[in-house]
Amino acid sequence: MDILALDFMIRAMIAAVFTGLAAPVVGTYLVQRRLALMGDGIGHVAVTGVALGLLTNTSPTWTAVVVAILGAVLIEVIREQGHANGDVALALLFYGGIAGGVLITGLAGQSAARLQEFLFGSITTISPDDVWVTMALSATVILLGVGLAPQLFAVAQDQEFAQVAGLNIRAYNVLVAVLAAVTVTVAMRTVGLLLVSALMIVPVAAAQQLTRSFRTTLLAAMAIGVSASFGGLMVSALALDVAPGPTIVLLALAGFVLTWPVGMWLRRRRRQQLPFDEIEPLAHDEIEEHPHEHGENCGHPAVPHGDHVDYVHDGHRHAPHGVHYDEH
Amino acid sequence: MLNETPGDRTVLEVENGSVAISGRPILRHIDVRIERGEFVALMGANGSGKSTLVRTMTGLRKPVGGTVRIFGSDLADFDDWHRIGFVPQRSTAGGGVPVSVWEVVSSGRLTRRRLLRPLMRKDRQAIMDALDVVGLADRSRDGITTLSGGQQQRVLIARALAGDPELFFLDEPTAGVDLPNQQALAQALATLKDRGATVVLVAHELGPMAPLVDRAIVMRDGRIAYDGPPLADHEVHGPLFGASHNHHHHPAPASRDHAPHVASPLDRTSDGEGR
Repeated sequence: MDILALDFMIRAMIAAVFTGLAAPVVGTYLVQRRLALMGDGIGHVAVTGVALGLLTNTSPTWTAVVVAILGAVLIEVIREQGHANGDVALALLFYGGIAGGVLITGLAGQSAARLQEFLFGSITTISPDDVWVTMALSATVILLGVGLAPQLFAVAQDQEFAQVAGLNIRAYNVLVAVLAAVTVTVAMRTVGLLLVSALMIVPVAAAQQLTRSFRTTLLAAMAIGVSASFGGLMVSALALDVAPGPTIVLLALAGFVLTWPVGMWLRRRRRQQLPFDEIEPLAHDEIEEHPHEHGENCGHPAVPHGDHVDYVHDGHRHAPHGVHYDEH
Repeated sequence: MLNETPGDRTVLEVENGSVAISGRPILRHIDVRIERGEFVALMGANGSGKSTLVRTMTGLRKPVGGTVRIFGSDLADFDDWHRIGFVPQRSTAGGGVPVSVWEVVSSGRLTRRRLLRPLMRKDRQAIMDALDVVGLADRSRDGITTLSGGQQQRVLIARALAGDPELFFLDEPTAGVDLPNQQALAQALATLKDRGATVVLVAHELGPMAPLVDRAIVMRDGRIAYDGPPLADHEVHGPLFGASHNHHHHPAPASRDHAPHVASPLDRTSDGEGR
């Protein structure tokens, strides 16, 4: 267990916890707006930012933040001005970002290995300064994302209603874009730019299998995100000699694989128990004889129907009526 | 109508309003005054401009000419948004994330909440009351997508109600809603009327809401063709007002070509108007 006491490992654990909490907050709003791939797009654009940092010998984190914010705001402008998704225009931006990044890295005379650190993450080489930046930016994202949840939720849910409610929808839309950009650059050290979107989106996808409200989805996604990023780091450090970034993402995906069947079952059960419409049956159809008595444990689902329950039996609806059953 | 001075009783006033979408004139010569406590039905055929007019009254669309005054102040300077309740055309009740009925209705309370404050007891009370009025209090914890279309529409009315507004705008609340739900809607609107609210209702057909209406405004081709006592549904769709009655309750999907919309960042498209 000595490895856990090493400085670089402590820094990695702090970074994992903060990014694991922050990324799903933004991810929830992106999923709600059906922009799940926006994080990916910003990640691609941020590659150019990293390369500019390498070229100019400044901190790649800060140049990535700046370029990612510019890219995110540009995506938001495209979304607002054009069609609801304008996805071709977005694709142009993504590929421009990654091609520009690779090209500029070459110009800077840096090897592909240096860029690789940012593409796939290298949480164990994070410097003390970077840890402070990660903590500060993640805390900002969490505070704004959770604190302004009612407003951000309303804007994402129904933009026109939010506008007539007096909310400045453009400001909130840009805020989400900027938060997404900041999250991408923060998580870049943890899981890498190419996998960053996974840490934002996969915990939300896993959480929403089991939840019924926005608030619980947000909180559950944060819990899953932090478990995956901390757990993934532990697995890669203690058990297997593998890179932490992909381990974190695969662990989050495992969470989805576990919750998905449960979610399917829950949704199916909820549909089955939906009350039948309160409409008088067409006729009083008696069932001639019935092999058993329906009850709490007869194995046939009991579904509310007006003032009584119908038992669903081989595609029929049996309603108890005195000593016999009626077809409803 | 009596020739009153525009004073306390006027809640909304459009003077010589005109609206253009992508440079194309849509509404022309619009003069409307709505008094406190009135229940006004804004009617007309598809494409007659009734939705555009309501969007102009709520500030979603800026007029290119004329003035819109709401509670005595110009719409551009208006910021008492808690006095307005808006029920948009039902569009996206479900986003990508599960949302409960309670959460949708509570976002109607935002007009009265300050930033970064939790829901107070007064807010919860207002949300519960709003759900009671539309008869869905027992569904508050359910996911919005488990509700039928008509019930979702009632949730949107509850959302507008939660902010305790004085003036309601409803854009086609009964489109595609079955009769029992239309009756439930009419009941909720009757409660609003009894409480003294002013209601502007866009409707293609009034159905069970007909007895509530005090005044009808009929739009035809972007102009007001009639303003007076309520009309029966068949009169509105008579030859005087243009298009005959057709059953286009659901907006036809907008046609799009399959060319990539590369120009979209620079090209401002008309945002799906004229439904």
